[in-house]
Amino acid sequence: MEIHEYQAKEILTDFGVPIPRGGLAYSPEQAVYRSHEIGGDAWVVKAQIHSGGRGKAGGIKFCRDDEEIWAAADELLGKRLITNQTGSAGKIIHRLYVEEAREIANEYYIGFVLDRQKERISIVASSEGGIEIEDIASEKPDSLIRVTVEPAVGMQPFQAREIAFKLGIDKALSSQAITTLLGCYRAFRDLDATMVEINPLVVTTDNHLLALDAKMGFDDNALFRRPNISELRDKSQEDPREMKAADRGLSYVGLQGNIGCIINGAGLAMATMDMIKHAGGEPANFLDIGGGASPDRVAKAINLILADKNVRAVLVNIFAGINRCDWVAEGIVQALGKIELTLPFVVRLSGTNMEEGREILKNSGLPIIMAGTLQEAADRAVTAWQDYEKDQGQE
Amino acid sequence: MSILIDEKTKVIVQGFTGQIGTFHSRDMIGYGTNIVGGVTPGKGGTRYLDRPVFDTVKDAVAETGADSSIIFIPPPFAADGIMEAADAGIKYCVCITDGIPAHDMIRVKRYMRRYRVEDKMLLTGPNCAGTISPSKAMLGIMPGHIYIPGRVGVIGRSGTLGYEAASQMKALGIGVSTSVGIGGDPINGSSFKDHLVRFEEDPDTDAVVMIGEIGGPQEAEAAEFYRDNMKKPVIGYIAGLTAPKGKRMGHAGAIISAFGESAAEKVEILQECGVTIVPRPSEFGNTVKAVLDGETT
Repeated sequence: MEIHEYQAKEILTDFGVPIPRGGLAYSPEQAVYRSHEIGGDAWVVKAQIHSGGRGKAGGIKFCRDDEEIWAAADELLGKRLITNQTGSAGKIIHRLYVEEAREIANEYYIGFVLDRQKERISIVASSEGGIEIEDIASEKPDSLIRVTVEPAVGMQPFQAREIAFKLGIDKALSSQAITTLLGCYRAFRDLDATMVEINPLVVTTDNHLLALDAKMGFDDNALFRRPNISELRDKSQEDPREMKAADRGLSYVGLQGNIGCIINGAGLAMATMDMIKHAGGEPANFLDIGGGASPDRVAKAINLILADKNVRAVLVNIFAGINRCDWVAEGIVQALGKIELTLPFVVRLSGTNMEEGREILKNSGLPIIMAGTLQEAADRAVTAWQDYEKDQGQE
Repeated sequence: MSILIDEKTKVIVQGFTGQIGTFHSRDMIGYGTNIVGGVTPGKGGTRYLDRPVFDTVKDAVAETGADSSIIFIPPPFAADGIMEAADAGIKYCVCITDGIPAHDMIRVKRYMRRYRVEDKMLLTGPNCAGTISPSKAMLGIMPGHIYIPGRVGVIGRSGTLGYEAASQMKALGIGVSTSVGIGGDPINGSSFKDHLVRFEEDPDTDAVVMIGEIGGPQEAEAAEFYRDNMKKPVIGYIAGLTAPKGKRMGHAGAIISAFGESAAEKVEILQECGVTIVPRPSEFGNTVKAVLDGETT
């Protein structure tokens, strides 16, 4: 789960990480009011969306007076910001964070990640802050400092000192830098984070250490014990299709193609999407109905896929182990019986109770295209989609 | 022969009397797995499915001499169950549970290092379909009938994609020595490489099928191990060609977050190391057959 910059800063400041003064705004009036509360003579108005690359996309505005703050807030609120990470749909801006502008002398990068290679928490730091970590890694790989935490004892102060000194942070600020690093680590560990990134961590011209930007991600599998984190979820930042699916207990990822996919198991789902691609089509989504899916869950999945305007053909591919093909078939009949099916609908049932499942579909009288193997399923779905597009073109 | 499990393996089920544990225990017993008992804290001293129930794994091991365990404990408590098994002297543990927090797995992996090599437990999973040595023993949730005994080893992250591969092989009369599910989580008990080592040493395995997916470094690590250390052929597939960067594809670990983690990049690494690539997921059977027949190397 991702959260906004202002939420990450609120969390991190509780762990001793120094942040600039700032406040949240939902309207231009509030933005101006916030700037007066904060004081000073320059501010930044920052779009709160779940994406990096906001600056380059025009989502961060530097302002010197009330009029500029008003104008910036007015322009940003309600806008869909498209960054290099959001895809073409962009992310809608509902919240702004107004912050005091500080003059920067030096920028650094610090990131805490779940290191899959080492199976531990690792810290990556660089004196080349302010640009994305991928760019630092490719352009200035020598600047990268890596430290791994021993899980039995946690991050030690000497590790934080090593990072601070290697970064070349002014010795007068090193105790602040150490507090910041250890604070990020404790936040990461105590809140089941998967990522904490401060980019940039800056030293200002008046010699203060501050986290100018902050990003945190959390382990979905651990949310059951982190109700305070669950509360921070902002549904407006999620793909509405993905949100709907999640509310129905389905694992779904929206994509750009037009063959809707309904599959059991994540690996088979990815493989089926690969097959569609090889056969000359593009999948509209990833969807895993999970194990032991009831007819009701299957019907919900089908309704979800058919509600997607991009979908021009549907492929159901089931290899049942703990699932049952007859239940899947019942779900299909339940969903399609209620509507007039205009799209081509291809089904492949294999594994537990496949004969019963196929029989149910045959007897339903529904215009379902059956397939026996994975190859047939992909070929038939792509061919049916192409024929459908041709027919639509002629009308 | 097979690796990890056979008909002699003495198995206990952790989370024995729960709904999921019950369902799959029946299935495993029906398959012929030597299930000698189960553990459900608080129900020790009773009998279930005609087998003794224990309060702790230690009690179960002491009474039954079990050397292996399979875990159906819900996610919040599963990591604790794995560590309990390791401490009780279980040698091989399959964890089926999907949804264990990654931080819990960091602790589990650290904890398991405290034992000497000869006392250390091997863990496969979590978030896997389990392990099967066809017609000998099944520690998992897979449909046993799609596997026939044979001489090909299988290691995979995904359950259902593994079924797809096994059934394609079965259709061509190709059997499996052992199929191992390592699971779809970012931090797992053991890796592709860990089991390639075993299959390479197993006299009754001639070739290994490795079914990987996007995310993480383990497929690349396995490919390098194959290049440097293996004589038996390895056939590989990486799922997720169409997966976009930064999106989790169902499995907690199936996310492209770093260089070398996409399907295309992994396929390239595998190819460079000499692994035979399954070009499409409909070609598992044919590719394995071609390799066994010596048509490709």
